[in-house]
This record gives sequence, structure tokens and C-alpha cells, in this order.
Amino acid sequence: MDVGTLISNPVVAIREWLAQLLSNLGLAPQAADVILMILGILVIASVSLILPLFLIWFERRVVARMQDRIGPNRVGPQGLLQTIADAVKLLIKEDITPIGADKLVYNLAPILSVIAVISMWAVIPYAATMVGTTLNVGALYLVSVGSLGTLAIMMGGWSSNNKYALLGAFRTVAQLVSYEAPLLLSLLVPVILARSMDLNTIVRAQNVWFIVAAPIAALIFFVTSVAEVGRTPFDLLEAESEIVAGFHIEYTGMKFGMFFVAEFLHAFTVGALTAVLFLGGWRGPGAEQAPILGVGYFMLKAFAGYFVVILMRSALPRIRIDHMLDLNWKFLVPLALAVIVFTVLGDKVIGEAGITSPWARSGLLFLVNLVLAGLVYAVLSGAARRQRAEEAAGQAHDGQGALAEAAAHGEAGPHAAPAH
Amino acid sequence: MTAAQVIFLITAVLTLGAGVYVVAARNLVHAALALIAAFFGVAVLFVLLQAGFLAAVQVVLYIGAIAILIIFAIMLTRRVMEDTGPQTNRQWWLAGIIALVLFGAIVFSLRLVPALQGVTAAAQPIPTDTIEKLGFAFVDPNQYLLPFELASVLLLVALIGSIVISADRK
Repeated sequence: MDVGTLISNPVVAIREWLAQLLSNLGLAPQAADVILMILGILVIASVSLILPLFLIWFERRVVARMQDRIGPNRVGPQGLLQTIADAVKLLIKEDITPIGADKLVYNLAPILSVIAVISMWAVIPYAATMVGTTLNVGALYLVSVGSLGTLAIMMGGWSSNNKYALLGAFRTVAQLVSYEAPLLLSLLVPVILARSMDLNTIVRAQNVWFIVAAPIAALIFFVTSVAEVGRTPFDLLEAESEIVAGFHIEYTGMKFGMFFVAEFLHAFTVGALTAVLFLGGWRGPGAEQAPILGVGYFMLKAFAGYFVVILMRSALPRIRIDHMLDLNWKFLVPLALAVIVFTVLGDKVIGEAGITSPWARSGLLFLVNLVLAGLVYAVLSGAARRQRAEEAAGQAHDGQGALAEAAAHGEAGPHAAPAH
Repeated sequence: MTAAQVIFLITAVLTLGAGVYVVAARNLVHAALALIAAFFGVAVLFVLLQAGFLAAVQVVLYIGAIAILIIFAIMLTRRVMEDTGPQTNRQWWLAGIIALVLFGAIVFSLRLVPALQGVTAAAQPIPTDTIEKLGFAFVDPNQYLLPFELASVLLLVALIGSIVISADRK
């Protein structure tokens, strides 16, 4: 085996070596294929399950810094082994099933929530040659397995026989199902730009990162994805101060651990998907020749996205439930629809005009996005001005009413008017 | 028997079993979850037929939207909707016979279709650009443009209608 290939393109090299080995052992090529596929599944699933051990430590340290604390730093170098200690603690905890719980559904829910997140990693392109599976409906597949996560949360909340858990499950439906609409719509924009739903093709199409051609769609995608994870500021599903812990209130030990791992991995997946769809995925200098570099670029971009998720978590307060729904249905959904229309028309016009240079195309689409942003700003500021005017009018009216009332009681005078 | 056939048989049994459980279960939420399992089985069948797009749409629409709304509606009724009455009435045998006859008729008529005789998966290569073809078929005036647009208008009408019904009049 060529050492250079092994270093620059390890997965493919090892795969070929194994295929050679298996066929030398006398296995039929089909059987060897099945064995290699199962191995691939095991590798991707294990990596994506071991990753949270690091993610949890990383997030706790960053949040601690944001809050002027130090964070876990006792177990292992810089506290790196803290999560392993926590996992051991979770494993030896008593496994409690509450009275009246629906046993089967209750035990199935955490498993399903982990499955939903790991399944997403099957289609993510880590490098030019490293893809779990090439799916020509990759983008749609992401959304479809994501909806299984919603189902897991609802199952957990319903089966726990606990009113807080049930409330958490209801909020889940309100939030996750609503935010799926703009998520899907914003996902369409890179698909339109790349003319494909296959994630690796989308990455290959990004001669210029799609965040340039579709900044608004990238923003919508990022915000709605964070909402899908149920992270602060969208953590209404588990809001500690209102419904204790929401859907996973009754879960103990490793079953709670599975929800926890699923959440952290999902948060990182948000960063990874943003990287794949809008930040050029594995693209970078030399990534085509040496795919191992691509993995590095991809991870770097994914961590950049994940870092922003963490910063949002530690910087923003929880959004109120009516605001959350208003933001979705009155702002994100119409905006996402407008972005699609603008992108499609802009792209078509640019194509008809014969502009093929990727930079010119992206720049023009960026201008289109700017125009749309200006329009949105005008509409929103107009609406806000009207609302302020209405409130001011209402307040003035209230003030006069109070004055009149005070006068009727014989306590006339401006000082008697209550201050609003 | 090939691997695909084994997977097909397992999926078919699970899908049909889940379908029977949907109507037989006394707990409504269990029935809804079994319905999801059945939907998922159908999605797996689509994958076996190399129709990845239909499989993904099946999961997004039927599991992601419809089934979750069903569960949401019946979750509110944790104890109330527990079914305690008898699940069959005196005419169950008649219904069974009719169902069997219908099933037999379908099997019989399918065997008469010449295109289905002696077909194996390898005999007909599956084109790789099925999604593109589907997309063009939907916007081609000679194919499915009219039904597609009619369905969209129908859905839009339903959407507006539900808003009109639920809006509070001032």
C-alpha cells in the first residue's frame, strides 16, 4: 500500500485494502461490500457518539469563560476527562421508571432521539472522498430524520406520566413543527443554487461559499436549526424555571444521558450542516488532492458554527412562547418564501444575462439579498412605528380617562394623573 | 433468496403487523405509534424500489407532519380516549369474507397484467435522474401540470379556509 495515499486519503485507502483482504479470503464481492458497509456504519456511529464526550467538555469550558468562571478542569489535562467521569456516574445510577409510565414508549424514546441525530451523519460529506453514503435526496433526508427527533421528544414527554413532561412535549410540537417550515424553505436555497440535493454536490458547487450568495437563507437556516435543537434562546421544551426539565424530567441514568448526548451532538450537527450548506464544507486549499486536509477544514468550519451556537446559549435569555411563534410564522416563514422567490428570479436573470463567473454570480445574488434585507427593514420599521403610534395613542387616551375620573372624584390636577 | 428479498419480507411483515396493530390497539397513542411504524415500513419499501425521493417525502410528510399532528391531538386525552368497549360486532365474519374476496381479486387481476410477469429487479435498470424527470413532469403542460397546479390551489383554499374559520372576528 502506498504510504502517501494512506496519509492523504486514509479512509479510501483502508477501504480498498480491506476489500482486497476480504476478496483474498475468498469472499464474494457482494458479501465483502456488505461487511464494508457495516464497518462504515460502525465507524461513523462510533465517531459521532464519541464526539460528544469532547463537545460537552468544550461547551462547559466556553460557557464558563463567558460567565467569568473556570469550568471543569480537575479530571485529566484541562478537565478533558470530566465527561467520561460523568458518563460513568450516569451509568451506575439507578434506572427509574415512574409509576403509570408507558414502559415500551418510555424506553424507546431516548434510543430514537440518538438514532435521529446519528442518522444525519450518514450523508454528511467529511471530505471529497469521505461520505457515509451518497444520496441524491440528501437535503430532504436530513429533514426527514430530523423529524424523528421531534417524535422521540413527544414520546418521552407523553409516556413519563408527568404533567411537566407532557407540557414540555406540547411545547415541542409548537416549536419544532413550526420551525421545520422555514428550515425546509431555507434549505431549498442552497439546493437551488447547486441544482442538486446531494450534499457532496452542494459542497462541490461552492466555488464561492453560498453564504455570499445567500446570506439571509444562511441566517434563517442557522436560527431555525438552533430552534430545532431546542437550545437557548429556544429552550422552551425544557425551561428549568417553568417546567423543571420538560420532556426528560423523569429520566435517570443513561436514558437521560442519551437525550443529553443527542442534544449536544445535534447542536454540533447544526454547525456541521451550516458548514456543508453555506461555508463550503470540506473545501479549502489542497482539499481535493489530500482529502485528509478537507476533514480538517470541515471540522474547523463545523466548530466555528458550533462555537456561535454556544455563544448564543450563554449570551441570550429564553424567548417567550408567543414571541417564539410570532418570530416563526410572521417573520421567518414569509422571509424564507421571499428569499426563495428572490433567489430563483435573480439566479435566472443572471443565468440569462450570460454571467458565468462564480464571483460575479455570487456578488449579484448578494446584492439581491441586500435589496431584500432593505425591504424587510422598511416593512418592519414601518410596522414598529405604527405599533408605537398606536400604543402612544392608547396611553394618551388612558391618561385622559384617568384624569377625568380623578376630576370626578374631586381630586383634579395634573399631579393626580397616574404615571403609565 | 437475495439480501433484498430478505429485507423485503422482514419489512413487509413488520409493516403489515404494525398496520393490524393500528386498528387492534386499545390505546390510541400506541395505535398512532404503530401507524408511524407502518409509514416507516412503507418508506423502507420505497428505498428497496430505489425510489429514495419518495421514501424521504414519505418520512417528512407522513411521519414528520401528519403522524405528529395526530399524536399531538390524542396526547391531550391521555386517559379519556382509552377504548373499553367491544372491538367487533356481529358482522365481523362478513367483513372478513369480503376483505378476503377483494384481496383475491386484486392478486388475480395483478397476475393478468403482462408487464408484471417474470419481472426481476435486474431486468429493468433504474434511471438515476428520476427526481429530475419527476420535477419536469410536474411542470410540463403535456404531462401533470394541470393536476399539480389544481392540487396546489386546493391546498391553498384549505389553508385559507382554516384561517378564516379559526380567526376571531372583531
